[in-house]
Amino acid sequence: MHVHFLDPYRQLPSPVHALDGRVKFVLAVAFILTVSLTPFGAWPVYLLLLSIMLSVEILSGLGVGYVLRRASLALPFVLAAFPLLFTTPGTVLLKLPLGTWTLALTAEGALRFANVAVKSWLSVQAAIVLASSTPFPDLLLAMRAVRIPRLLVAMFGLMWRYLFVLVDEALRLMRARAARSGLVRQPRHTAGRLRPGGSLAWRARVAGGMAGSLFLRAVDRSDRIYVAMLSRGYDGEVRSFTLQPVSSGARVTLVAGLMVLGLLWLSGTLVWG
Amino acid sequence: MFNRPAPMHLPDGFLSTLVSIVFWVISVLTLAYALRRAGKDLGERQLPLMGVLAAAIFAGQMLNFSVTGGTSGHLLGAAIATILVGPWPAVIVMTTVVSIQALIFQDGGLLALGANLFNMAVVGVAVSYFVYTSLHRVAPQRPWSTLVGGFVAAWSSIFIASLSAALQLAISGTSPANIAVPAMAGIHALIGVGEGMITVGALTFLLATRRDLLVREQAGSRGGVGVWIFGLGIALVLAVLSPLASANPDGLEWVARQKGFLEAARAPLYNLIPDYVLPGVSNEALATILAGVAGTLIVFSVTLGVAYLRRSRKNTV
Repeated sequence: MHVHFLDPYRQLPSPVHALDGRVKFVLAVAFILTVSLTPFGAWPVYLLLLSIMLSVEILSGLGVGYVLRRASLALPFVLAAFPLLFTTPGTVLLKLPLGTWTLALTAEGALRFANVAVKSWLSVQAAIVLASSTPFPDLLLAMRAVRIPRLLVAMFGLMWRYLFVLVDEALRLMRARAARSGLVRQPRHTAGRLRPGGSLAWRARVAGGMAGSLFLRAVDRSDRIYVAMLSRGYDGEVRSFTLQPVSSGARVTLVAGLMVLGLLWLSGTLVWG
Repeated sequence: MFNRPAPMHLPDGFLSTLVSIVFWVISVLTLAYALRRAGKDLGERQLPLMGVLAAAIFAGQMLNFSVTGGTSGHLLGAAIATILVGPWPAVIVMTTVVSIQALIFQDGGLLALGANLFNMAVVGVAVSYFVYTSLHRVAPQRPWSTLVGGFVAAWSSIFIASLSAALQLAISGTSPANIAVPAMAGIHALIGVGEGMITVGALTFLLATRRDLLVREQAGSRGGVGVWIFGLGIALVLAVLSPLASANPDGLEWVARQKGFLEAARAPLYNLIPDYVLPGVSNEALATILAGVAGTLIVFSVTLGVAYLRRSRKNTV
């Protein structure tokens, strides 16, 4: 069993996919920064940012539905901003009696909550489009182009290279556990789901043993990788290809994109700041 | 199974820009130092080891076990990485894991990555190191000191990191401290038990099969006094600060208000469009609604335009 389904990259013939990974990386980060800097209550700016994002999603051929489905995975965290609804002072919209307490939902609180949710939602879409339209090696090049230390980029590359191998190992371990530790049918109230038997401590020890085994295999594999690297002339120095210059078309896209984002940030700050 | 958003990974939009940037700076400085230390102290064979270990921690997060009622315990890995490779390489390993989670799987935001790195790669590793070495030193020859040290290190790394995340949310004004701190601390006190149990299981296995891995690193992690002190300091500061902040959320609110005053003082400089006094509230509401409708129309026309262009181009090609 292979786990290429993990890689969010979708190969498609689209201008967004064809754009230089470095430009996409910088623009995605600039977009998220703009979203973060846009002041509270600047709804028209958020709408324009959303329209940019939706346009890019359609242009990339990924489809709005795909991106929004993936974005929904980040939704549960909105709970962290939930108290804002009740703790922001302002006009009371709704009173919820809760035992001896009364929770008062305020209009200002609702707006602030919506603001946080929208910011988070827009940012995660930009990250999804970047990851889905850029192959990982291009992302590594982009990271080198923005001067992320070579050693760290090499670590990212190594990790990505062996991630799939080790996830395969982990899946094999899990299959072995399922085959050996027996599945006990649970009583009716858990809808008859299958669950591994044994006490909680026992289950934890088994999972821990699997993790230990996985680390052991990782260490052994890194020994073999090191020998393979040595035999190919590795001398402790991380080497990589020289970066190609960014094409003039991609440069124009970069400058135009940054200008649009800068303009949106400026108008947001001037009018609503 | 894999894209389960852990409550520890803060997404974008929850931290204020200032908080995000401050923690980016702290994390980048720590990481730069860790990279220099790793380049100087460690043999060249550490590079593949760190890379594969990062992949193993990522893959190890799949090895969950059911706890109760649909929740499951699983590994985050700061403690086990610290025990296996020592503090500075562990900072790099955890940075790799957390960065790839944010970049590829949207587990945590990109602008919030600085804060997430601080919580998991800096605080998590430093606290693990401090707790593990302190407990392990009690009886260095006995296996139980490794296991007890591993459990407490794993639990406290999760717990203290969650306090740090809660305070970041509170300083940003997203979640008041008296709610965020108990909520995050409560959840992660439980998650930490799962982390501790898996870490102990892994250490038991490694003690039985490759004791040399654990012994070698204990001898090799020299110069860790600074990390030890930092771990102790950060654990103390966060453990003292968060109940204080939780008991007096006004303190943080005061900070937020100071920030608010600053912004209010700055506002007139930017205020180019004066407040038009509209006759009556209903008109103001109407204007807001009209603005909303106009904005929505703009969004849809731009989006439809792009979609139309794209389709017509597809047809001609």
